[in-house]
Amino acid sequence: MASPFDTTFRSATISVLVENESGVLARVIGLFSGRGYNIDSLTVAPVDRERQQSRINIVTSGTEMVIEQIKAQLDRLVPVHRVADLTREGPHVAREMALMKVVGRGEPRVEALRIADAFRARVVDTTVESFIFELTGSTEKIDAFQELMRPLGLAEVSRTGVAAIARGVGAI
Amino acid sequence: MGFGVPAMSISTSQPGATIQPGQDSLSGAEVLLRALKDQGVEVIFGYPGGAVLPIYDALFQQNAIRHILVRHEQAAVHAAEGYARSTGRVGVVLVTSGPGATNAVTGLVDALMDSIPVVCLTGQVPTHLIGNDAFQEADTTGITRPATKHNYLVKRPEDLARVVHEAFYVARSGRPGPVVIDLPKDVVIARAPYTAPPTLAHRSYRPQTEPDGGQIARAVALLKAAKRPMVYTCGGVINAGDAASAALVAFVRETGLPCTSTLMGLGAYPASDPQFLGMLGMHGTYEANLAMHGCDVLLNVGARFDDRVTGRLNAFSPGSRKIHIDIDPSSINKNVPVEVPVIADAGRALEALRAAWRADATRPDTQALAEWWRQIETWRAVDCLRFVQDTAPGSIIKPQHAVRRLFEITRQQGRETFITTEVGQHQMWAAQHFHFDRPNHWMTSGWLGTMGYGLPAAMGVQIAHPDALVIDIAGEASILMNIQEMGTLAQYRMPVKVFILNNEYMGMVRQWQELLHGGRYSESYSAALPDFVKLAESFHAVGLRAKTIDDLDRVILEMLAVDRPVIADICVDQKENCFPMIPSGAAHNEMILGPQHESRAAGITDEGLVLV
Repeated sequence: MASPFDTTFRSATISVLVENESGVLARVIGLFSGRGYNIDSLTVAPVDRERQQSRINIVTSGTEMVIEQIKAQLDRLVPVHRVADLTREGPHVAREMALMKVVGRGEPRVEALRIADAFRARVVDTTVESFIFELTGSTEKIDAFQELMRPLGLAEVSRTGVAAIARGVGAI
Repeated sequence: MGFGVPAMSISTSQPGATIQPGQDSLSGAEVLLRALKDQGVEVIFGYPGGAVLPIYDALFQQNAIRHILVRHEQAAVHAAEGYARSTGRVGVVLVTSGPGATNAVTGLVDALMDSIPVVCLTGQVPTHLIGNDAFQEADTTGITRPATKHNYLVKRPEDLARVVHEAFYVARSGRPGPVVIDLPKDVVIARAPYTAPPTLAHRSYRPQTEPDGGQIARAVALLKAAKRPMVYTCGGVINAGDAASAALVAFVRETGLPCTSTLMGLGAYPASDPQFLGMLGMHGTYEANLAMHGCDVLLNVGARFDDRVTGRLNAFSPGSRKIHIDIDPSSINKNVPVEVPVIADAGRALEALRAAWRADATRPDTQALAEWWRQIETWRAVDCLRFVQDTAPGSIIKPQHAVRRLFEITRQQGRETFITTEVGQHQMWAAQHFHFDRPNHWMTSGWLGTMGYGLPAAMGVQIAHPDALVIDIAGEASILMNIQEMGTLAQYRMPVKVFILNNEYMGMVRQWQELLHGGRYSESYSAALPDFVKLAESFHAVGLRAKTIDDLDRVILEMLAVDRPVIADICVDQKENCFPMIPSGAAHNEMILGPQHESRAAGITDEGLVLV
C-alpha cells in the first residue's frame, strides 16, 4: 500500500457495488460534492437485477490520503456492498464509449473519415455533410480522437464515462 | 398492548390464506408502533401534525410507548440525543412532514456529528402527492441525506416493519448516528404485514468491531518502546458502552500512561484520577496540550483528530508515532496520518491491547516513563485553570467559581448528577471545572456546537433518569434558542435545573472579538434580555437570581432543594475570558494561559483568522 504521507496527485478508478435502491446515486454524488472530492467521470447501471445490485464506476483524483478517504467514505454508506480501487488492486480494463458528430464537406470530411478508420470508429449515422462516429476505448484514446476531430468540424460530443473491470480471474 | 387486535400470527399468515376478522389487519401505524416496541422503545419525543395523525391516533390507543410532547421539533431531536447519550440506547423522534421535518434537521446534524444513535420518524404527504408541492410537503429524504447516517422513504406498507428494524440496526451499529424514516400518510393508514426483527446479518452494512491481532501487536510494541507515551480518548469510548470505559481505565492504570480526553469523551476516564491530565484542545489544560505536543507515542482511542484538538495540523504532536483506534475506517488518516490503524470497537480494542500488553515479554521503559511524569507534573504545577474570586461581600461572581461551587455542592450532596450544556464560554467552563468520574453523565454539543442543545437534551436525560439531578449549564444567549421547552418541563413535571451564567454577552463571540478583532463587539451584546426569574415563573418554574458572591451558594442550594424546574440566573463577570486558549491556527505549545498572554493572539496570521 502506498504511504498516506504521499502528497502527489494520482488518478483512481473506483468501482462501487451498491444496492439498487432509490437515492443511492444521490448519496454517492452528495458525498463527493459535500466533501469537495473530484469526479472526473461517473457511470452507473444495474448489473444484477436478481440481487438488485448496481455498479458505479468513478474516476477521481487526489492525494493518496484523499483517495483512501474517498474509498472509506464510500464503504461506510449503508447500501454499499463493496468498493474496489481498480487502479491499486492490479491491472484493469477501463473503456469509454463516445458518439461524435462531425459536420463538414470536402477535404475535412474525407480526412475525418480517414482518421475514424485509423481509430476503428464506426459510422453510425451519415448525411451528405455530417457523420456520427461511435468509438470505444480508453479515455486517452477518445480524448485523442476528439482533439483530431475538432478542426474537422466537430459539432457535438456525447461520452458515457468509464466502465472498468479488473483483469484476471478475480471478481468484485 | 392496546392495538385493538390480537398481535399474533401476523408474520406467519400466507398470502391467500383465509384471514380471520380482526387478524392480519394492523394498520401501518400499528405495525410501526409494534416494531418500535420490539426494538425496546419506551419513549418517543415528538410533535403532531397532519401527516402523522394516524400514528398519533395509534399512539393514543396503546400504553407501551410513552410520548413526550415537545414545543419545537429541533428540541425533540436534542431530547432524544440526551436520552440516548445518558442511557446508551437509541433515542426516538416523531415529527410531521414539511416544517416538522425541516425543524428537526439541526438536531439530526448534531446527532450525526456527535455520533448519537437516533431514529427520527417523519410524516410525509401520501405517495401519490409526492413531488406535487403538496401542503406541508418537503423532500425530506433529499434534505436529510447529508444530515443523517442513512435515511429511508417507505413507499409500500409491506416494507414498513423491515425498514424500521433496519433503521435501528443502522443507528446503533458501528459508529452510531441518526436515521430518518420518511412515512407517507397512505402507508401508515394502509393495512401492513408485521415482521419481527431479523436475525440474519444486514446485506451490505456490517461494521468491523473486532481488532486485527497484527495491528494490536504493533501498537503494543510501539507503546512498550515509548519514552513519552500519551493516551487521547474521545466519545468513541463512551459510545462503545460501559465495558469500554472500564477497559480504558484498566489499560491506563496497568500501563501507567498519562491520559487526556476531548470534550466529548469526558467521564470515560475518571477526572479525579491522578493519571488524568484534564481535557485537551483549544480550551484544554496546559499539561494535556503540552503532553500531546511532546509525546513520542500517541494512542488515540475513538477520537478523530479534529481541528479543536489539533490546532495547527503541521505542528500537531510533531514528534509522535501514532496509533489510532476507531470503528469508522474513514476517520483513519483523515486529518492526521497514523502509523498503526486499528479498526474496531473501542472496548474490544482496549481489551485486546491490555491482553497483548500482558502477553508481551518486553519491559516498558519505566525510567523514561517516570521522567516523563516528572515533566508532566511541572506542567500541571502551572495550575492553568486557576482564577481569582474576590470573596468580599458584594463581589461580582466569576463564572468559573459558579461552576466550581455547583460541582462541589452537588458532589457533597452525592446525588447522581447529569450535566448538559449549551454552547460557548459556559460550556468550556463547565468542561474545565465540573469533573466527571463516570461516562454518560456529560451531554454537550461538541462537534456541531448547537446553541439551544442543553435544555432539550436535559429533558431527554430527565425522562430517562426521573430521580436523578439534571442540570443544564447555560449561557443567557444560548438558553433563549430553545427556551420554549420550559413548557415541556412544566407539563411533565421534570425538575430540570437551568443554571445560567449570565454575562449579558454571547461570551465566546465577545472573547474572539476582543482577542482577534480589535475589541469591536459587533452584535455580540445580549440586549433586551428577559427577566429570567419572571420568565421561569410564567412557565410554572422557580426563578432564582444570584447578583453577587453573597447569593451564590444560597441560590445553588435552593435550586437543588426544589423538586421543580428551576432557572437560576447567575450574574457573572461580563469581561471574563475563557483560558487557557490555543488561538486558531496556533500550535499546542503556543497557548494563551491568561490575560497576561493575550497579546499572543495579536500575532495570529490571516491564515489563522479564517479558521473558526
